[in-house]
Formats: sequence, structure tokens, C-alpha cells
Amino acid sequence: MRTMRAEGRSQVAEQVAEPSDAGASRRRRARPRDDRRAAWLFLIPVLAGFAIFYGYPAVRGFWYSLTDYNLLSPPAYVGADNYAKLAQDPQFWHALLVTVYYVVINIVSQMLFALLLAALMHRLTRSVALRAMLLLPWLVPNVTVALLWIWLLDADLGFVNHLLKALDLGTVGFFASPDWAMPTIGMVNTWAYTGYTALLLYAGMLQIPPHLYESAAIDGAGEVRMFRSITLPMLRPVLALVLVVSLIGSFQIFDTVAVAAAGRGAGSAIRVIYYFIYQQAFQYFHMGYASAAALVLALVLGVLTVVQMLLLRASRSDLA
Amino acid sequence: MNTTKRAGAALLSLALAGALAACGSGGASQDEASGGNVEIDYWLWDDNQQASYQACADAFHAANPAITVKITQTAWAQYWQNLTTQLAAGQAPDVWTDHGSYYPQFVASGQILDIQPYVTRDKVDLAQYQEGLADLWVKDGKRYGLPKDWDTVALVYNSTMLKEQGVKPDEMADLTWNPTDGGTLQQVIAKLTVDENGHDGLDPDFDKNHVKVYGFLPEWADGSQGQNGWGDLAVANGWTYLDKNPWGTRYRYDDPKLAQTIDWYKQLIDKGYAPKFDKQSTLGRDAVLNAGKGAMTFAGSWTINTYLGPDAEQKFALAPMPVGPAGVRKTAINGLSDAIFAGTPHKEEAWKWVKFLGSADCQDIVAGNAVVFPAIRTASEKAAAAHEAKGRDVHVYVDATKTPDGTFLLPITDHGNEVSQIVQDAIQSVVLGQIGAAEGLKKANDQVNALFT
Repeated sequence: MRTMRAEGRSQVAEQVAEPSDAGASRRRRARPRDDRRAAWLFLIPVLAGFAIFYGYPAVRGFWYSLTDYNLLSPPAYVGADNYAKLAQDPQFWHALLVTVYYVVINIVSQMLFALLLAALMHRLTRSVALRAMLLLPWLVPNVTVALLWIWLLDADLGFVNHLLKALDLGTVGFFASPDWAMPTIGMVNTWAYTGYTALLLYAGMLQIPPHLYESAAIDGAGEVRMFRSITLPMLRPVLALVLVVSLIGSFQIFDTVAVAAAGRGAGSAIRVIYYFIYQQAFQYFHMGYASAAALVLALVLGVLTVVQMLLLRASRSDLA
Repeated sequence: MNTTKRAGAALLSLALAGALAACGSGGASQDEASGGNVEIDYWLWDDNQQASYQACADAFHAANPAITVKITQTAWAQYWQNLTTQLAAGQAPDVWTDHGSYYPQFVASGQILDIQPYVTRDKVDLAQYQEGLADLWVKDGKRYGLPKDWDTVALVYNSTMLKEQGVKPDEMADLTWNPTDGGTLQQVIAKLTVDENGHDGLDPDFDKNHVKVYGFLPEWADGSQGQNGWGDLAVANGWTYLDKNPWGTRYRYDDPKLAQTIDWYKQLIDKGYAPKFDKQSTLGRDAVLNAGKGAMTFAGSWTINTYLGPDAEQKFALAPMPVGPAGVRKTAINGLSDAIFAGTPHKEEAWKWVKFLGSADCQDIVAGNAVVFPAIRTASEKAAAAHEAKGRDVHVYVDATKTPDGTFLLPITDHGNEVSQIVQDAIQSVVLGQIGAAEGLKKANDQVNALFT
């Protein structure tokens, strides 16, 4: 999960770093054909890796999704049965719904905090040490993050509840209560990823010509006004990109839930779609069914990616 | 052993779930070339027991110099995934430690060798094992393992708190329980519950919203068996899990006797004697007991070292299960076995090793290390003696196995994992008050039984 998220984000980093390349490559379009041949040569290693590690498993996954397969007996072809069953499986739909709930909590809070942090970094301080510190939570492995917060937020023995109790506010079962568990997991991951997102947005803010701020200052605009009228509109393309990529990463939440659910967590209230697939595949050994669910998820993510592409194209003219 | 407990031990590596197949070839033995020497691959999950079985392997090698046993330990959370993927890849270990809730699917797919012919040929004495354990591993006249150890359940309590609240240890040995008023068990639980002003649960001034020490800690992540409490009490109340065991196909979670038991638990929570489900620590009952915030719970014999070992932060002692409405104490008994991979090229050598694991020679070694109770009765006694020698009074676990009708076997059926999830979810929503016990369990039972149609 983590690698996929990280990959998605490094694409963002590239985009953020060189947004002006888009125009340049358009001008280069009419080059002789030999360049393309050379390009394909260079692409071969990547394509081979893609074919072996993504293409082939994906094709096999599609085949398995049409079979009844428990890993031990040979797969038996069942046609679209798995998909039909999936459509009627309340657990599957519940898992999707829970995932969407998580994504909303996680993305909204993460984007707001990240935007605020980025703006502060941009306008207030440019200390490298501070920027590095923001990244710290992101460097901690997700499982460690989850364990750390499970201890801190424990309903009975956790430090946070000790504080709440000392203030006579009553304790909260952050991970134990079905009502609180998902918001808690969402906020824990927000804590872990806000720094990174903020850094991406900050990089985007650096692209905004400083003279805009100078003229605004001369015109007597305050910081809030400048944020609203300069930063936000100028940042829009980067913001859109970061938003959609984080969204896809967020959809793939697994590790925090797996750790929280492996303890005696809030049961079905946090069983997200990746966890559903994992259980079907590796706990119940319904490989075929799990493959079908994974493919449906891939489809959902595919739709989100198309949205991402559309947003990207729309944003291009914005920066030019 | 108990599944949920094991899972907790191995939280860390869950995130690796996706990447399991490729790494590490536990490989079938590929060493015929090296002078007739055979290497047997043996898998287990409990790191506490690895030393004992290494000692067995050394003794075995000394007696059979041509066979070497290579032990691989994998944490519970990955054990079954690794085993299954290795089986799928044709790289399974020759012999592995087997568990009742996982082995049906291996039997169904023909992965485990039927050892009945070997047992008959070598005249293995099946009567030496604790009653019932050997039969767990038989299906349709075929035998898929020899018993290696067992576990039962008892009450564990904080003896300091007991003394402070004026309850005598003798009283603990004769507790009674029924689902209506909870018997003397509930009286003790109430007495051990203390609020922040020092009032106990029987005091009219008791403040259930500011409890300092809970008299009882229930386990709600207990799958479909309730081995750590609700299952044992419900059986004492006259409930049976299913039509027949092993290999039943109709579960009986809709039986009112089970609903009564769950309702009894719920009233403990309502009265403030037990923590609310949604405000309960997720770190496990042992953490809460060790922090001095709980006084008593049900604990399986696999946790002896947790509560009576050197790392326990409070003084704990054990008491037998309470006597139920039918006049009998009931505890679940569960055991493990060793399975031979049907596709192993070294069947004879693997059998020799399994036979040794199931013999007094190996089980006495295991007993001496005082970690688990071996399946052979004489070895169980030795394990109990080894515990006593370390100053741990564990006789209640062994006593249960000697009481006529004092133990019951946990269900062994197909679809064990799915049943586990469905029933656990249902019980949790009952405890949360989202649905009534009778209604919630009826719904779960329908779902469970639908798996078998």
C-alpha cells in the first residue's frame, strides 16, 4: 500500500517540479521518427518489469476471478458467478461504504491541514529544519504509526484518556467504539501524511511568482486576502493533482485497519475494502472471489484515475 | 491454542500480507544426494515452544542419525497464509503443527496424509492421550494427526485485591454460576469492583460511572467459540454448539441458553462490574489486569506464564470454573496435532518424526519446560509438576481434565474462519446494544448454517 502511495506521490513531485515542460513537449511533437524508436528501446526494461510484475498477475487475477479457487485444489471455471455473488454480498458493499467514509474523513482533514501548513511555511518561515520535521511522521512505517496510536489512544490504559479523565471529560474508546474507530483511523493517517502533502503543496506555492504578492501588498491586501485571491487560484492545478492522487492512495487504506482490527477493534465498522479482499483471499482462502473483488476495486480506482486525468488536462491551461 | 490470542502476538507483520508467497522457500527436502541423509522440514508457530521441540528434534536425530529435522517457526498471523501458499506452490513442509479450525480445509483438499495405516502397523497406543484428543483428528475412518498438547480454561484473579475486599481464596474454589442472578460468581465480581471513592459493587453508594477496578473483564474478540468465557458458561448452562462434533453441519447459536449467557454478561456491564465494550481497552485483558484495573477474568492454560510468570506485574492466582446450573463445571479443551504433508517424498521418515512427537519420549521433554500441557496423560502430570517446582499452582487446569464431563471439545467443522467472523460480529453488536441477544444470534445462526448448504 505504502509503495503505491509513495509512487503516486513521486509522480506528483515531478509534475510539481516541472509544470512548464508540458508546453515544451508540445512544440517538439514534429520530430523525426527515429527518436521514438530509441525511446522504445529505453522503455523496454520498464515495460518488461510492468509486464512481468503487473501485467501477468493482472491477467491471472482476471482468470482467477472467473474461477472457484482455494489455492489448494485446481481452479474450477465458474463464469461470472463470483461477480454475481459480489453484487449481492452486503459485506462487500458495506466495506466499500466504510472505505468511502474513511476517504472523506482522511482527505478533507489532510488537505485542510496541509494547506494551512504549506501556507505558513510559504509566507512565514522557510526554515529547512522545520520542513524536515514535518516529514517525520511520514517516515515512520504505517504499522508503527498504528501501534503507537493504539497505545496512546487506548480506552482504558491510554495516555490521552488519562488526560481526558483528569479534566473530568470522560473517556473515549477511540479504537474500541464503532462510532469512533473510523474517524480515529482517518485522523491517525492524516497525522502521518499531512506533512508530506503539505510539502507538495508548498512546492507548488513556490511556483507562484513572488511579484504577485508584492503588488498585492502594495495594494494593501492582508495575508488572508492574499491567500484567497492569489495562493488558492494559482495553486489550483497542483491542488487538484495532489487531491486526486491522495484520494486514490487513501482508497487503498489497509495497514492501519489491519493492525487495529487485529487487536480487538470495532469489528465491521472499520472493515475497509482492502481488508475485505485480504480476508477473503488469505483467511478464508476464497481466491477467486477475492480476485473478483480486487478487479471491481481496480475498476473503481480506474474511474477515479480518469477523473484525475480530466482534472489534469483542465488544469494545464491554468498555469501556462 | 486460542486463535485470537495468537493473532495479537503477531500484529506487526500483518502489513506484509500481500507479499507473502514469493519470499522464503520453506522447501520440501531436496537432499537425498547427501549420503542417504534425509532432512524433514517441520513448522510450528509458537516461539515459546520452539526450544522444547528443538530438544525433541535433537533427541530424535541422536536416535535416527540418518534423519535431520529442520524447525521453522512463523508467527500465528502468517503461519496459515504461508503454509497455504507453500502448499499451492508445491513447497510445503513435510510435517507441520496443525490446528482444529484450519485442518478441515486441508483434509478437504487432500493435503494431509492419512496416518491410520501407520498407527495400526506400529500399534501406537491411542489410550495414552488425554480423552477425546485423538478423535479430533479422525474423519471418515482416516486419521490426520496425533495429539501433541491440550489446554483448558480457568478463572484468574488478582489475589491482592481479593484479600483487600475480604474474599477468601477458599470461596473461589466453590463458586457457582447461573444466568439469572450469576450465583456466587457474580457476588464476588461485585465485591471486587471498586469505584473511585472506594465503594465496592454491593455498596448502595457504588458509582458505576466512575469505576476504578472492574471486577470482571469479558473477552469479546473470541470468535465463534467463546473459549475464553461465554462458550464455557453457555455449555455449563446446557448449550451445545452444534448437531455433532467433530464434523457437524448445523450450528445452534439461536439456542436461548446461549442468549441467556450473553445477556448475563451484558447485565455485568450495565451494573458497572465490567467495562463497556466501546470503552474497553483494545490492548488485551492481560494488559488491563497487569495495570491493576481489573480483578478477574477467564484465562486459558496457554497464558500460565503471562499471569504466573516472572513478568506479571500483579500477584495472580487461579481458581476453577464456577459450577453451572447443571451442577458441573465446564471448560473447553482444545488440542493441537502434527500433520504430514500428503505429497512429501519422505513419508516413512516423516511418520517416524510424528510418532516421536506423539510419544512420551518427546512429550516428557516438552513437559519439563513447563510451557504447555502435553497430550499424554503422564506427561501432563510431569508438566504440572514442573510448574509446581517453579512455584506456580496450576492444578485447576489439570483437575478439569479429570472431572467426569468436566471438559468439552471445541467445534471442528468446515468454514471455521467464516463462522468465527459472523458470530463474533453478532455477539459484539449484541453487547453494544445494537440488537437483542436472541434476535442477533438467530440472524447469525442463519448466516452460519447457510454456509453449509
